[in-house]
Amino acid sequence: MDLDLSDDQVALRDGIASMLAARVPMDRVRSGFDRALAAELADAGVFTLRRDGFAWADAVVVFEQLGRACVPGPLVDSTLLGDGRSACLVSDQEPIWIECLDAVDVLVVWRAAGLECVVPGAVTADTSPWPLDPATPMARARSLPAGVPLDLGRDIRELVVAGAALTAAYQLGLADRVAEMAVAYARERVQFDRPIGSFQAIKHICADMLVRTEVARAAVYAAGAHLDERATLPGVERSVNGAKLLAGEAAIANGKAATQVYGGMGYTWEVDVHLYLKRAWLLDTRFGSVDRHAADLADVVRGRR
Amino acid sequence: MELRYSDDDEAFRAELRTWLDAALADLAPQPPRDAWDERRKWDTDWQRRLFDAGYAGLHWPKEYGGRGASPTEQLIFYEETARARAPYVGVNFVGTLHAGPTLIEEGTDEQKRDHLPKILRGDEVWCQGFSEPGAGSDLASLRTRAERDGDHYVLNGQKIWCSFGQVADVGEFLVRTDPDAPKHKGISWLILPMDLPGIEVRPLRTVLGSSEFAEVFLTDVRVPVANRVGAENDGWRVTNVTLKYERGTAFVSELVDAMRLCEDLARVSMEEPLAAELGHCVAEFDALWSLTKRNVSQAARGTTGAGAMVIKLAYSEARQRFGELCLRVLGRDGLHIDDNELVEERLRTLSLTIAAGASQIQRNIIGERLLGLPREPRTLN
Repeated sequence: MDLDLSDDQVALRDGIASMLAARVPMDRVRSGFDRALAAELADAGVFTLRRDGFAWADAVVVFEQLGRACVPGPLVDSTLLGDGRSACLVSDQEPIWIECLDAVDVLVVWRAAGLECVVPGAVTADTSPWPLDPATPMARARSLPAGVPLDLGRDIRELVVAGAALTAAYQLGLADRVAEMAVAYARERVQFDRPIGSFQAIKHICADMLVRTEVARAAVYAAGAHLDERATLPGVERSVNGAKLLAGEAAIANGKAATQVYGGMGYTWEVDVHLYLKRAWLLDTRFGSVDRHAADLADVVRGRR
Repeated sequence: MELRYSDDDEAFRAELRTWLDAALADLAPQPPRDAWDERRKWDTDWQRRLFDAGYAGLHWPKEYGGRGASPTEQLIFYEETARARAPYVGVNFVGTLHAGPTLIEEGTDEQKRDHLPKILRGDEVWCQGFSEPGAGSDLASLRTRAERDGDHYVLNGQKIWCSFGQVADVGEFLVRTDPDAPKHKGISWLILPMDLPGIEVRPLRTVLGSSEFAEVFLTDVRVPVANRVGAENDGWRVTNVTLKYERGTAFVSELVDAMRLCEDLARVSMEEPLAAELGHCVAEFDALWSLTKRNVSQAARGTTGAGAMVIKLAYSEARQRFGELCLRVLGRDGLHIDDNELVEERLRTLSLTIAAGASQIQRNIIGERLLGLPREPRTLN
């Protein structure tokens, strides 16, 4: 039993963090996901973690760092596809909103019959002039063309559980970094002749951000380890439900709390906080929302799942 | 990272489980809440059985009669005893978890010899005399006076929230030995035999209608100076040394218990929005369980994370939300407390965000010690 990072995982975490700091600074985050960024992430091995022999617990460590850097794009989808191509996973159920349609290599369509690969250029869709998350273009399709069947060698439900865990890890990273930004601001921003972080009203908001992050981190790491041990340890869905719920909630709550700590500046386009909050909202719609996972857990504890 | 326990740990678990099955088979029924003499006997009998089986003082060093268990073994012990519904530490709480470890670290050889074996065997029950009516969150402002008179201290003052004061043989008391020093520098830690003349113990009635707490009134109580643990006026530091014994496993039993109550509540029919809130509680308790494991992993590695400070705040708030949910789900069935554990849960959890560091104080500590935020502007005094 060990829920702390191993030495290798610490090295992995630090490696990916320094790569992202060098190659994906915030001005690049703001310009959104494009083919050049996809190529660099693919080159760094982000999309082929599993093929390259990394455990889910390792992948979780990587996605936490991607979240901290607010790296845009359908990264989880691409890693689930796992062959190095950038991909967007989309259900054929209305409403069909597709992220980064113009920049991904392939669209993976989830139909009742199974998964299909669709060429993005073959999709007719209206691109929103004003997506909620400015770094994530959104296009709406009324229907999706037929594609080529895709067999990933795994049950789709299993894929969705893994996707929820990686998304939770990314949300954990969002929650962690936005809390760090707010704490730094609370230390330096002076009002009433004092740093605002000395006031309990602000200090307690910051403490709650840390608590949410640490609780979510424990859930996310446990979910990652559980995915690796699912063959011998039952209940992986429950672990992932909890991780996605708490990390999703932490990312949204910390985004809102940071906006409050930053005061008027938190409401500006210039300060990065809104990018983190908007990404958190976006990701709550992927692989099950906070509410969906709470309902699932209710069913688990009532013996209905 | 891995969730699986090592073979050695699983062997420890199996051996413990076998022992628990046998020990619990002939356990007498738990006495009523207010039958204090019977409760003391029930709790100390169990302590004696733990002692005889080699499980007493699980986290105490072997040289003092403990088991010297690893943090992971402690986790397993609390997990298994809670699952088996074995008696909780009860009246042995202060002795085994607080005063004992303090004596191990700071006591003289004589103090250790006089008390440690008795605590482990369940022969000596301790209470705590820290808080005062005027010293709650600001504990260091305590005013119970200890004036030196030859080789004795003469105590005068009042203590409150003395856990198990009704049944204790001995108390760990914080007293002011230097009223002129800064508040943290004039406190001493005393071993107080509770049968000394001048000590009056009055049970404290809480919102539950009863409780393990008492008020203690001290009038010219003469205590030998030899009962002081640590140097005179160094009591504040002495109280803090026990913290290192608490490797983030303090809430393990409670968490296992909370998960059991979630399952109990799940059997009551409820509207879907309330069910979703129950799902939310499950996520939080599961995560706190994982956080506990993370703390233990970090302790085993010799590093410390934020977990230990976070867990008290997060647990107490989560459990309180669960308590409120219990009443909402029960509706009018929640209007009687008798044998209704879920209603009692609501009342009892009111105390969690107050006792042992109110949530607001915990947030100050997290803000200042973990996040490095500037201290509140100094208050007067």
